[in-house]
This record gives sequence, structure tokens and C-alpha cells, in this order.
Amino acid sequence: MAIAKFDTRRISQRTAFTFLGLATLITVIPVLFIIVYTIVQGGGAITWDFLSQFPSQAGRAGGILPAIIGTFYLMLGTLVFALPIGVLAGIYLTEYARDNWLTRLINLAIVNLAGVPSIVFGLFGLSVFVLAFNFGLSLLSASLTLAAQALAMVITTSREAILAVPREYREGSLAIGVTKWQTVRHIVLPQAFPGIITGAVLAISRAAGETAPILVVGAAFLLPGIPQSPFDQFMALPYHLYTVAAHVPNMPKETIWGVALVLLVVVLSFDVLAAAIRIKTRQRSQL
Amino acid sequence: MNINLDVQDISTRPAEKCVTKLKAENINLYYGTFQALRNVTLDIPSCSITAIIGPSGCGKSSMLRLFNRMNDLIPGARVEGNIELDGIPIYNSKIDVVELRKRVGMVFQKPNPFPMSVFENVAFGPKRHGIKNRGELEQIVEKSLRQAALWDEVKDKLGQSGLALSGGQQQRLCIARVLAVEPEVILMDEPCSALDPVATLKIEDLMRSLAADYTIIIVTHNMQQAARVSDTAAFMMMEPDRAGVLVEYGPTAQLFTNPKDKRTEDYITGRFG
Amino acid sequence: METRTAFHKKLREIQDDILALGSMVSKATSRSIEALKKRDLELAQHVVADDKKVNQKRYEIEEKCVELIATQQPMASDLRIIVAVLSIITDMERIGDHAEGIAKIAIMIGDEPPLKPLIDIPRMAEQTIDMLRRSLDAFINHDAEAARKISAEDDTIDQLYDQVFRELLTFMAEDPKTITRATRLIWVAHNLERSADRVTNICERVVFVVTGKMEEIGASKY
Repeated sequence: MAIAKFDTRRISQRTAFTFLGLATLITVIPVLFIIVYTIVQGGGAITWDFLSQFPSQAGRAGGILPAIIGTFYLMLGTLVFALPIGVLAGIYLTEYARDNWLTRLINLAIVNLAGVPSIVFGLFGLSVFVLAFNFGLSLLSASLTLAAQALAMVITTSREAILAVPREYREGSLAIGVTKWQTVRHIVLPQAFPGIITGAVLAISRAAGETAPILVVGAAFLLPGIPQSPFDQFMALPYHLYTVAAHVPNMPKETIWGVALVLLVVVLSFDVLAAAIRIKTRQRSQL
Repeated sequence: MNINLDVQDISTRPAEKCVTKLKAENINLYYGTFQALRNVTLDIPSCSITAIIGPSGCGKSSMLRLFNRMNDLIPGARVEGNIELDGIPIYNSKIDVVELRKRVGMVFQKPNPFPMSVFENVAFGPKRHGIKNRGELEQIVEKSLRQAALWDEVKDKLGQSGLALSGGQQQRLCIARVLAVEPEVILMDEPCSALDPVATLKIEDLMRSLAADYTIIIVTHNMQQAARVSDTAAFMMMEPDRAGVLVEYGPTAQLFTNPKDKRTEDYITGRFG
Repeated sequence: METRTAFHKKLREIQDDILALGSMVSKATSRSIEALKKRDLELAQHVVADDKKVNQKRYEIEEKCVELIATQQPMASDLRIIVAVLSIITDMERIGDHAEGIAKIAIMIGDEPPLKPLIDIPRMAEQTIDMLRRSLDAFINHDAEAARKISAEDDTIDQLYDQVFRELLTFMAEDPKTITRATRLIWVAHNLERSADRVTNICERVVFVVTGKMEEIGASKY
């Protein structure tokens, strides 16, 4: 009897393990499928000309260089605005803000910011940056719009990275007459740095894939040149992909998947970069 | 409860060197509506070791943290009464808390070296206080590590991470870090509770050797440690409403051989209940 | 690396105190005999008065021991040393009391004519003092062998005591007028014999410190 009972327990354990493993597999399959399918479909389009030429025939021929460069500019612009503001806000909220109704309201706002649909950010950018600030349909407007969207994630990850720095370090520093700011600057930030930078890179890689917000604040389908100033309009990979896939008739399928592949590589390479930075700085901080 | 110790009582110290370094008068401490300390009055003599003992939750750590205003960091903490360092009230709006903590350093329960090299750990305080000269920093680091009885063990690995040291060495590194900013008072909050017995005895020896030049206050739940290491001992306990009170304060030898208060006797003989 | 340096320093201080107390009672014993020999009443008074200092020193050491037990949690050999010290100071205080007793007898005798020249009694005193000094050396050096040897020497003291006793008995038998004076001298010899017994007690403590065993060595005949 004892043995039989043991057997049913073992069976239920095996069943549980099987289902858990299956669930994990199911989450991995779509990702692998997307990557493999994109490579298979679009791999043939990737040539040096495709990466280094301007588009012609409404994107049916030529390359996608301005879209690649536009996306990089966009990511850079987003980073420049979102990182300092996000980190400073994160520091303020964790280290300085008192726990009162205002702080709680701000925290609530940040959480909700992350849930706002991206097209709403686009409309916000259009009315504030493009029209009110008169930045026009431009790289600057788009960067600020994407930065506003990325901010929630940068603040949240910064705050988490800062909170993860053990309280003992702060106390040890404060207890020898070191000021709060010196403690933040020399103890907390160096420790939180890997987490902050990882969050920021992930946030901008997500921004790089956004189509909806930039649609209304400055992305153009076809431009004769590369943007010369922040006030110029620009091309971007996700918008280019959307247009060639949805609006250009007689588009070669391979070219569409080629654009998708490039976008995928750009975004994933930033994720890899984030992981690399995290590993590298973690090793250094442990000496 | 006014148990004031005549500082002349401390027989192991030359009387003329001993003055009242810290003075706490009628201290009431609240965390929100909870009263953590009630009417505590005690004088801490200089150049000696004062131990605060008592059961868990009796407010001994809270008491310790009042002396360098670490309680300020706790939201809702409120202090009534007067605490003086060398006759100057420290709970005064004019007092620079940063400057106070420079003079009243603190060592914590869990060794907390910063995630940086041994050298940088010790040099951290002096650097933040404006010392930039490398030679001067090197001198301070060596002197502090020697004082903390750690120099011989780490002199060849100053560049290694402080986290790579053993627990006892880490705690001595933390003591060296405090010594490097030349404090007058060192507060120790259960400094040995995370250490093995041998490392504990080393820290105790170190404390004894520092007692000649510094005023040391140690909070410990280890009665035997308080007995071994201190010159003066304070016994605290909780009243029925959980507020901490000072029960007895006097020379260590007397407190452990012939306590005046029945409650102290019951606690140190294990008849507490 | 030695730890607990503060505690061990205090323990050494106590051992120094033991030597100081030892020299106090040695001096008291030899002076009491000298007072007896030279009919020096003033010296005898001094010995009686000084016994208070001996007692005081003994309490002082006892307090230090209690303090160390209470505050330092001594273990193993440290604990045995402190336990031994507590016992040794009692023995030494008793030796001091015997010296005081001899001094009081010297005062009692006053300037009565001597019964006979004192020979064996000073010899007993000398040897007792020598045994005491060496037993304390053995204590400091943790030398159990030496302690056993010293303890064995108590037999010589017993023999000397026998000799003194029989001699004085002869005096009393021959001339009953000498009974008072002879009896007093027997008391003196008896005090010295008791002191030597105390020294054997000290030797037992030395053996205890070294071996951890409580054993009776060289049981006295008296």
C-alpha cells in the first residue's frame, strides 16, 4: 500500500514537471519561429547594397540606409533625453522623496505611463513638441516623444536598481559623516549602474521598434537624404517596414522580410549589448 | 529613573582623563505612535567602553542610534529630551548632522565593507571629507588599518576587494573605515553577532586597545561579551507597553557581581520571565 | 595570535598579587620568630598589626577573582588558576594568622627568662618559609613535580615538631615550674607545623592547576 501511494505521488510529480516544461517550450517556440522565419524569408535580401544604398522605386529597389541611420539617430536622441531625466527622477524618488501623497501620486503616474498606448504618446508629441514647442515634424520631436514613452521604464528600472543597493552600504557611508549626495554619487550609483544601464538600453531598444508614435511626429517614408539637423524629418526602420508592407503595391516579399530582419537585428543587438554591459560591470564591481 | 554614574567610579581609567563625553537626559523616543524609549538618562564617560545590554526589543539599538542621529533616517521617528556631546546639544536645528557623524562614527551588526578595494574602503571617508593627496591618504589608510589590528593581514592585498576578506577581517575593515575619519566616539551595534568566537575575541581585544583613545559604546545581546569588554554597563528592558527603560547603570564588575536592581539580577542570572 | 589580552593581563596581575601576599606572610612568619628570639615586643606588635594588611590583601585578591569569573568566563586552565588562587589565598591568610599567633605568644612570654636557646623552632620556621616560597614558584611555573617534592618535605617539619615536643616534654617532666613556658613554645611549634600543612595544601592546588585533578599529596601526620 505504501508503495502504491509512493507511485501515485511520483506520477503526479512527473505530470507536473511535464506540463511546466511544456509551458516553457511554448513560450520559446514563437520567438524562435519568428527569428528563424524572418531569416529564411528575408536573408536573401541582405546584401551590401541593401544596407548602403538609398531606396528607389518607392522602396521596391535600392537599399534602406537612411532608415537604418534614422533609427540610430532616434535611439541616440531618446537615450540623451530619457537617461538623465529617468535616472535623476529615479534617484529623487528612492533617496529623497518623502513618503507622502504627492510621491504616491507620482509613482502611480509612472506606473500608468507605461500602460499608455503608444499612439497616444504620438498624439501627445504632435500637440506638444511639434505644434506647441514648434519643433515641427522632426527628429527632435520624435526623440522627445519616444523619450517620454521610454521614461517610465527608465525610471522604474533605475529605481529598482537603486533600491537593490543594500541599505548597509548607505548606512556605512552616512555613519562616517559622508553626505547623502556623496553617498548616492560614490556608493549607490556605481552599484546601481549596471541595472540602470541595462534598463535604459532595453527601453531604447523597445523605442527603436515603435511605429505608431513616430508616424505622427516626423517619420517620412521616402527622403532624398540623411537628416542634417535635429529639426529635419527622418526615415526609420519600423515605419519603413510598415509602409512597404501595407502601402506599396507589388512589393517583393523578400525585401519586406529583409527590412524586418534588419530591424530585428538592431533591436536584438541592443538587448545583447545590455546583457554584455551588465555582465561586464558586475565583474568589475566585484573586483 | 535617574541613574547617574559618577565617572570617578571607573577604576581602570585614570580619573582625570575621564569626562562625560555624551549625556542623555530624559530621552523619550517614538516611532509614530509607538514609544520605543521612556525617560532614559545616562552619562557616557570618555576613553572607556560602555555596554548596553538587555533583551531583544528593549530599545538598546535605538538608544545607540540616537547618539549619531541615525534614527533620523527612520520615517516617523521623534525624539524628546536632550542629548549632549561635549556639552553641546546634538538635537538642535543648528547642528550639522554630517559633522556630528564624523565625530560619532558607527560600526554595524553585519560587516558592511563597500564593494571596492581594501584601500578604497578605508580611504572613502577621508576622500569625501576633502583629502585628495595620495601620500596623505596612504598614511591614513596604513594608520587606520594598524589601529584596527588588520594591517599585517592585508598590507599585501590593499588592492583586493574588501568583500574577499573573512567575516572578522571585514568587521575590522569597517572599524578601520570609521577610524580613518578620526572620530571621538565609536558606536558599535552588535559588532560580533555575525562572527565566529575567535573573530569575536579579536574584535573585543581591538576594542580594548581602542578604549584608551576613543569613547566606545557597544550594544550587545551577548551578556558575556558586555561583561568581558566593557568598563561600564547599562541594562535596559521593556515595560509592559513595550517601551524601553534603563534599569541599571554602573561599573561592569559591579553590575555583574552585585547588581542593585532585582530585575538586573534576574536577567543576568537567567531568571528573567 | 593571542586573543583576550586584557583578560590574561588581569590574570597575571592576580598571580603577581599572590606572590606579594606570599612575601607578606613569609615576612610575618620570620619576624614573629625573630621577635620571639630577641624578645622584641615592638616587632611582635608590628606583626600582629600587619596581619590586618594580609587579610585585606586576601580580600582584594578574592574580589578580583570573583570579578574575573563574573566578567571573563574563564575556561580550562584559566578557570583552574582562578579556583586555585581562591584556595591558595585562604591557605596563605591562615599562615599569616599562625604568624600572628606566634607574635602574640612572644608578647605573652614578654621578658620571662628563656627556657632554652631556640634552635629547632627557628629551623622549622626557616624551612616552612622556604617551602612556601618554592611552592609559589611552582604555582607560577605550573610545576607539578616541584610541588609534589615540596609537599614531601612536610615530613621533615613533622619530625622537627616531634623533636621539639619531646624535648619540651622532658623539660616539663624534670621541672614543673617550666610547664607554662614550655607549653607556650609547643604552641609556637604547633603554629609552624600548621603553616607547613597549609603549604602542602598550596602544593595540591599547583598539581590541580597542572593536571586538573584534585589529589591529596603528602598527608600530614598531624
